[in-house]
Amino acid sequence: MSQDTLFDKVWDLHKVSSLPGGSDQIFIGLHLIHEVTSPQAFGALRDKNLKVKFPNRTVATVDHIVPTDNQTRPFKDNLAEQMISTLEKNCLQHKIKFFNIGSGNQGIVHVVAPELGLTQPGMTIACGDSHTSTHGAFGSIAFGIGTSQVRDVLATQTIAMNKLKVRQIWCENNLSNGVYAKDLVLHIINKLGVKAGVGFAYEFAGPAINALSMEERMTICNMSIEGGARCGYINPDEKTFSYIKNKLCAPKNDHWEKALTWWKSLKSDEDSIYDDVIKIDASKIEPTVTWGITPGQSIGINQKIPLLDELCPNDKLVAEEAYEYMSFKPGQSIKDFPVEVCFIGSCTNGRISDLRVAAKVLKDKKVSKNVKAFVVPGSEKVATEAKNEGLDQIFKDSGFQWREPGCSMCLAMNSDKLIGNQVSASSSNRNFKGRQGSPSGRTLLMSPAMVAAAAINGKVSDVREFIN
Amino acid sequence: MKSGFTPPIGKILQINGQCISLIGNDIDTDRIIPARFLKCVNFDSLGESVFEDDRKTLKGSHPFDLEKNKNATILIVNSNFGCGSSREHAPQALMRWGIKGIIGESFADIFYSNCVAIGIPCFTLPKKSIQQIQKYIDQKFLYLEINLKNSLVKSKDLNFTLEIKESSRKMFLSGEWDATSTLLKNKNLIENKFNDLPYLKFNNHFF
Repeated sequence: MSQDTLFDKVWDLHKVSSLPGGSDQIFIGLHLIHEVTSPQAFGALRDKNLKVKFPNRTVATVDHIVPTDNQTRPFKDNLAEQMISTLEKNCLQHKIKFFNIGSGNQGIVHVVAPELGLTQPGMTIACGDSHTSTHGAFGSIAFGIGTSQVRDVLATQTIAMNKLKVRQIWCENNLSNGVYAKDLVLHIINKLGVKAGVGFAYEFAGPAINALSMEERMTICNMSIEGGARCGYINPDEKTFSYIKNKLCAPKNDHWEKALTWWKSLKSDEDSIYDDVIKIDASKIEPTVTWGITPGQSIGINQKIPLLDELCPNDKLVAEEAYEYMSFKPGQSIKDFPVEVCFIGSCTNGRISDLRVAAKVLKDKKVSKNVKAFVVPGSEKVATEAKNEGLDQIFKDSGFQWREPGCSMCLAMNSDKLIGNQVSASSSNRNFKGRQGSPSGRTLLMSPAMVAAAAINGKVSDVREFIN
Repeated sequence: MKSGFTPPIGKILQINGQCISLIGNDIDTDRIIPARFLKCVNFDSLGESVFEDDRKTLKGSHPFDLEKNKNATILIVNSNFGCGSSREHAPQALMRWGIKGIIGESFADIFYSNCVAIGIPCFTLPKKSIQQIQKYIDQKFLYLEINLKNSLVKSKDLNFTLEIKESSRKMFLSGEWDATSTLLKNKNLIENKFNDLPYLKFNNHFF
């Protein structure tokens, strides 16, 4: 009897050959590109006089550099304008479908592909962006690649890669009220560490995962990379199939039936052999906030920032660096720590369900006068849906700025940046030094609901006090 | 940036050079090259911006600013180096500054494969050995000769056997780290795979 994981099955299905060095040549079913990591890859194709092998297996959008205030072309930022126009030219020249601003389908690449129905179970998906792991929520094997590998996918639709090991992360019980997928994944990264996933794909499973919506599952898989795992996935189920059904690029009619039959056959065998298994009790997790400079440095809202002695030896060096950079004292509470900027958005938490949860907290409340708060929908579709539901008005009435879709202050490649050593409460994925645009800016990662609570109180707060 | 930068081509058998040490765990690619420098359509000018924010903070005392390190080519790092974003701009910036090889306790996955793809061998050593080397560099000039054939590293005072993934070592020795031409060789197999994959039959045209 077969004892393969979904990862093994999808990998084997896409294996083209064993390469002389010992790595595998893997076919990429869906290739997603954006303006930051593709121009040099197209340049390399031109240098080598190569063509795009299967242009309709690549789809493009623009997200990292787009301004979220005024999107009139040409952009005020010349470099940003140069990047979007380079992508436009490359897509036109190579006949690649490009969802540009104003198409109704532009947005953060990891928000757009699932909502178009491009992301499907059993596929291999690659993109020049580490958060490509997001797409694993659908039972695809999806991973970030660098620009040279983008070139390889464009030229050959394949890459050279070593097969990953698989660690199952079994999440028992259910999350309690006011605790979200973001809290669960931050907790997992804290327990396992930011490099535990190196060489692994993470399979998220168990009752707590089954109970999550597709968008929540995307939040979990999105941050696999923050735990060091290049790829994270969840076995597909009825929720997966019904999310995809009727999406623009979903299989239709007879094709839908064929797809469904195949997708239902795709899951890890019951007695699959994993390289490692970890158990997490989801019911014990509190709303979680990062205090440091890696996504692994997080605590529950009612916990104190750890003392050096409480940490394992390997974590001490970076903890000392974090205390200094964040100006936190070991043993200090995170609750009630003042925040100056509140950001809701990103490929981790910029989807419609994230906006709904935050709007529910903000309804009939006002953002603290000491806080600059803004919300950046993950895509044009998310923005339209939010407007149809009146969420934009709830955000605006509370004092949040309502922006146009893009990556924005997750990595601050546009003009949305922290200033000096400002503290942000952010629904994004990375709290690295300087990540949000200021070399001394400080980021506290948390769920969108927790960002909304922090915006109202002007300090880190327990969202359960708002919703219970 | 060093003048006259030429990217590596073909077989990489040997890396000789002075070592530069950078102490710290989990040094991410945002620190190696902050996101604002990703606003470019080629990699040419990244070398001068490597570790820009860390260097500004340290006002001239960052290892990449020290006069004694200006000709260094082998970078010594600690654990989980290159974590975070998949930006190839990070190893490209290191390479354009002058780095030709990296020795560390461990590397993040995507950073490691980006290094292989652009011809920077990354080797690992246990924590104790790395710390020993970093301590040595603190006091003295360290010049290493790394032989990729047997992974042996030699210097006047120190001797280590480096670890490197066998698949990567073979790719550097054969010159196939620049993977495109190797992948293209299997043109027919790629076509067969394209025709065989079940989902391409019900997704044959997206648009």
